Amino acid sequence: MIVLDNLTKSFGSSSILKGLSLEVPDGQNTVIIGPSGSGKSVTLKLIVRLLEPDAGCVKVDGHDVGEMDRDELATLRGRVGYVFQFAALFDSMTVAQNIRLGLVRRGYDESAIRERVEESLEVVELLGSEDKLPAELSGGMRKRVGIARAIALKPRYILYDEPTTGLDPVTAAVMDQLMMRTRDLGVTGLVVTHDMRSAFSVGDRLAMLHEGSIRQVGSAREMQASHDPVVRQFIEGRPERVVLEPPVRRSAG
Amino acid sequence: MTPSAASRVPPGEGFIAHVGRRSLEAGRALSDVGTWTPLLAIQMRRLGVDSVPIAIFIAVFTGIVLSLLSSYIFTGAVPMYFVGALVGKTVMMELGPVLTGMALAGRVGASIAAELGTMKVSEQVDALETLAYDRYSYLVVPRVLAATLMFPVVTAFAVAIGVGSGWITAINLLDLSTAEFLKGLKQFYQFKDVWFGLVKSASFGFAVALMGCMRGLATEGGAQGVGQSTTSAVVLGCEAILVLDAFWALVLL
Repeated sequence: MIVLDNLTKSFGSSSILKGLSLEVPDGQNTVIIGPSGSGKSVTLKLIVRLLEPDAGCVKVDGHDVGEMDRDELATLRGRVGYVFQFAALFDSMTVAQNIRLGLVRRGYDESAIRERVEESLEVVELLGSEDKLPAELSGGMRKRVGIARAIALKPRYILYDEPTTGLDPVTAAVMDQLMMRTRDLGVTGLVVTHDMRSAFSVGDRLAMLHEGSIRQVGSAREMQASHDPVVRQFIEGRPERVVLEPPVRRSAG
Repeated sequence: MTPSAASRVPPGEGFIAHVGRRSLEAGRALSDVGTWTPLLAIQMRRLGVDSVPIAIFIAVFTGIVLSLLSSYIFTGAVPMYFVGALVGKTVMMELGPVLTGMALAGRVGASIAAELGTMKVSEQVDALETLAYDRYSYLVVPRVLAATLMFPVVTAFAVAIGVGSGWITAINLLDLSTAEFLKGLKQFYQFKDVWFGLVKSASFGFAVALMGCMRGLATEGGAQGVGQSTTSAVVLGCEAILVLDAFWALVLL
C-alpha cells in the first residue's frame, strides 16, 4: 500500500499541497481528480522522490521514501512504474531500446530482456514497433510505449500522469482498457487526471484534490452522488460563473 | 513542469554544505562505473571525433595568419627563421588550445546544454531516474570525461595542422626554406610547449562539458528555457576557458 501522510509542498511563494493525506490500497486503481495546477503530478513525483516534500511523508509498503538511501530508492523505483504525461520516451532510442533500458539496469540477461520487451509490447498491442523511433509514433502509441516501459519491470505499482490527455476518444478508451488490464494483472494503479470519463471508467476509488488537500474519497458511484458543491462542480464540468460585460458601443464621429 | 529535487538547493543550506553535497554526488556518480563506461566511447566520438573538422578549419587559417603576421613584424629587424619559432610556440602553447577550446565551447557546450535541456523539459531526465539510473552517472560523467579526454586529442590535431599550414605559407609566400622554418621551430622548442597546451585543453574540455551539463540540467520551461541554457552554457564555457588560460599561465609558466 502507498500512504501519503500530510504532505505539503511549495514552489517559491506558491503553496501547492497543504496537508494531502491519502491511502492507495493494493490491487485497485485509485484516481486523483482535480483541476490543472492543483498538484496532481507533484503528488506522483513525491511518491518516487523525484521531488521531496516540505513536510509530511510518503510510505510505500511501510517504508518511508524520504528515509531511503540511494540503493533503497533504486529498488523502490523498480517496484513503482511511472507513465509520464507526454510519455517521456528517449527520443534517440527505438521503442525496444526505451523498454530495455530499465531491464538492463536491473541486470537481466539478453534473452530475458528480449522476452520482457516482447511481452510488454504485446500487452499494449504494439508488437512490430520495436525498431521505430518515438518521432515515428502517434501520441497514443507513445503513451502505450510508456506503459510498456513501466510494466516491463513487472512493478507492483504504476503511477499514471494524465494518461488520456491530448488523445482522441477512441485512443483514450484504449488507454483506459490498458490501465484496467494492468490492474487485472495485479498491478496497483494510481492515476491522476482531469478527464472525468476516464476517471469513472478506470477508477475503483476516486479522490478529489482541491486547494492542496483531498476533499473527498469514494467509489465512482459515491462521487457521482456527492452533495459537495466543489466535487459536483468539477465532475459536472461546470465553470465558475463568468459575468461578461456587454461591449461598449462607440458613437460614430 | 516542476523543478526537480536534484536541481533544488534546500533552503538554509550554506555554500560550503552545498559544494560538499555536490562533491559527494559527483563522487558517487564517478563510482557508478557500470553506468557510464558503455556511454563513454559514444560521447568521445560525438564530442571529440566529430569536432575535428571545425578544429582543422580554424587551425589552417590560424597557421596562415600567424606566418604572415610574424613575417610582417620581423622584416628587417629579426632573422626570418624566427617565423618558425613564433608559429610553433604560439600555436602549441596558446592559439591552438584556446581557439580550439572556444570553437568547441560553441559546438560541444551548446550541444550538451541543448540536449540535456530538452531532456529535462520533456521529463526524460525524470524518466531516467524512475528507471533507477542516476542522472549524473548516466548523463554528466560520460560527457565530462569524454570532453576532458578528447579536447587534448582534437587540440593536438589542430596544433599539427596549424604548424603545418604556417610552414606551407612560409615556404610559398615568404621565400623561407623548409630548413629555415624548421631551424626556428626547433631553436626554442621545449617539450613543455606541448604538454602545457594539452593540459590546458584538457581543463577546457572539463569546464566546457561541465557548464553544458549544469546549464542543461538546470533548464526550466520550454523552448525558451532550452535556448537560454544553451546560450549561457556557451558564454560560461568561453569565460571558463579564458580564466583557466590565465590560471595555467600563472601556475605553469
